[in-house]
Amino acid sequence: MIEYFWLALVPPLAGFLFNGLVGKRLPARIVSGAGCAATGASFLFLLAVFAEFIRLPAEEQQIVHRLFTWIQAGTFTAECSFLLDPLSMIMLLVITGVGFLIHVYSTAYMEGETGLYRYFAYLNLFVFMMSLLVMAGNYLLLFVGWEGVGLCSYLLIGYYIERKSAGDAAKKAFVVNRVGDACFLLGVFLIFKTFGTLEFGSLFETVSRTHPQPESGFTVLAAITLLLFLGATGKSAQIPLQVWLPDAMEGPTPVSALIHAATMVTAGVYLVVRSAALYSRAPDVLLLIAVVGVLTALLAALTALVQRDIKKVLAYSTISQLGYMFMALGVGAFSTGIFHLFTHAFFKALLFLGAGSVLLRLHHELDLFRMGGLRNSLKVTCWTMWVGTAALAGIFPLSGFFSKDEILWRALDSPLGHPVFWVAGLVVAGLTAFYMCRLMFLAFYGSPGHGHGESGSEAGTAVTAPLAILAGAAAVAGVVGLPAYLGDHRLDHFLAPVFRYSYDHGVSAGHGASHSLELLAGGAALAISLLGAGLAYRLYARDRSIPRRLANRYPGLHGTLLQQFRIDQAYSRFVVGGLKVLSRRVLWRAVDVGVVDGAVNGTASLFRRWSGVATRMQSGNTRTYAAWIVTGAALVFLYLYSVID
Amino acid sequence: MGMVPATHYLALGAVLFVIGVAGFIVRRNVITMFMSVELMLNAVNLTFLAYARTWNQVDAHIFVFFVMTVAAAEAAVGLALILGLDRHSQTLDIDTVNRLQG
Repeated sequence: MIEYFWLALVPPLAGFLFNGLVGKRLPARIVSGAGCAATGASFLFLLAVFAEFIRLPAEEQQIVHRLFTWIQAGTFTAECSFLLDPLSMIMLLVITGVGFLIHVYSTAYMEGETGLYRYFAYLNLFVFMMSLLVMAGNYLLLFVGWEGVGLCSYLLIGYYIERKSAGDAAKKAFVVNRVGDACFLLGVFLIFKTFGTLEFGSLFETVSRTHPQPESGFTVLAAITLLLFLGATGKSAQIPLQVWLPDAMEGPTPVSALIHAATMVTAGVYLVVRSAALYSRAPDVLLLIAVVGVLTALLAALTALVQRDIKKVLAYSTISQLGYMFMALGVGAFSTGIFHLFTHAFFKALLFLGAGSVLLRLHHELDLFRMGGLRNSLKVTCWTMWVGTAALAGIFPLSGFFSKDEILWRALDSPLGHPVFWVAGLVVAGLTAFYMCRLMFLAFYGSPGHGHGESGSEAGTAVTAPLAILAGAAAVAGVVGLPAYLGDHRLDHFLAPVFRYSYDHGVSAGHGASHSLELLAGGAALAISLLGAGLAYRLYARDRSIPRRLANRYPGLHGTLLQQFRIDQAYSRFVVGGLKVLSRRVLWRAVDVGVVDGAVNGTASLFRRWSGVATRMQSGNTRTYAAWIVTGAALVFLYLYSVID
Repeated sequence: MGMVPATHYLALGAVLFVIGVAGFIVRRNVITMFMSVELMLNAVNLTFLAYARTWNQVDAHIFVFFVMTVAAAEAAVGLALILGLDRHSQTLDIDTVNRLQG
């Protein structure tokens, strides 16, 4: 059955069509049931495929299924082909698995919403598009999924259609993503122009033959990878296109979980890893990716320190963690990036769903400073979120410790790495522990700052069960990638066939020689995380006056952090403002009014001026007409007479 | 006595046609203009027949029958129109009927 792996796309699409077409007239239970069943069926099917896949020898773990020829034009051919290799396998399991839990959670979270059919239809379409993205066997089909998740994020962020802010956020996400998409498309054009194919298998094979060695400088590969990376910065919210993600919090909370954990933002990381054969041969672009990743991680972590909105903290945390992933990719540790993507999917989904549970309890109060004291009424949420927080902060032995530690170690150890990346990564680790513990202390401890009383409880099994499962996964997911001093890195071995055409920079080699150094680095990261957590405990657990005094003393710094270094303002002033000036002065006044309107109005006035002459011929006098006819006939006669001779 | 040459018939046809055209343009009475049209039609018929006899072909005879049929139909419709015009505006002067203009 493994050759039918692409059928995993069918249930989400069927669920989308079902809910989209007839869901409006059906009761809520059937709508949500169908939505969950679609994703669940896809997940179970993929588990069965996985059971078979894992038994294949490594060199056969590369299954291509060609469904039909999609486009044929001259020398250009685009197949509708699907690829199942370890990378897409692991992505598919995360997408459908975490996606399924989010679907189940949504049945409780979205209870009583009027547009439920719309919600579940979009959710299923999202899962379908993301699965298509990671299953695609060539860049063009990948682009379909790429655009599809962009569309779905637009639809879901703007789900609350009656709120203007939701519509604005949706448009912002879409437009910012379009900038990246345009670059991605240019990159794809350049790939076809250079190598003549878009199929992953033949393309990477060609590249490994024609470019055996990495070349620095501005080569064609550098241009291609740079364009693709710009596309990735859009989807994965990296500098300079990270501005849409915090605003995307306007959507329902489970959607945030879906966007941040299973779908959408992981697309950029996936794209770079999928194109590892290209990236590993463009060392300068890799360096750029690492720098962008580090900067994004630092900037977002700093911004998360002072946010008052619980979902914004988590959103900046996602940007920061994605920065980590790109840092790993930038130092050539592609499988490490996927490892962090894998563990991050669990704990970030968990944290968002936990935040959703808090919001349910507090009737959608988002301000952390108006929460507090929830640990008694939301026991399950509190404990599972602690697991997620500890995993995100990188506390041993939870999953985040292993993946984050591996990134930091690679940043130091890899031939493409640099101690500066490592130090910056350590700082981010400390900041992460600090802001996550701050969130937990503010939400669950201290005195209630809200008017919703001590009574009240969890929302039910549909909420708590996904939290518990995700907490379990977040705790133990690290075992697939144990560091060398503890055991076997199974994920590395599993993903190895994906990188068969990549240039080997020796990133994972030689880590047998320095166990003690790796252990020391891990210890340092853990110590810094604990330091951050301790500081958060001191500042926010009981007495919260120090942060307030600090904010009052440095209002400029506080404001800068709160508004994400005013990047949004800079964009609206220079980019949006510049576009507005260009539109008004040049495109509207000059091109539209001058050229387009001028051509239309000019034609009209030309006819108005000259039609007076023609009108005079239409006198209404029959005898004049007859005279005209005679004149005409005489002229024709004269002409014929002259021709015949 | 020899046959009348074809050129005579053709010349007569041309003269009749030009008289018809001139009459149509110069006269203002609708009925007179109508008669001028009939004159032009018959001038054409005469021309047809002159050629038919010159080349001993029957095609032109058939054309003449067509023209006569059309002329009959035209007479019926045209006279009805003239009657309508008279009832509508109590005049047969074509120059007063010029409301259809640009």
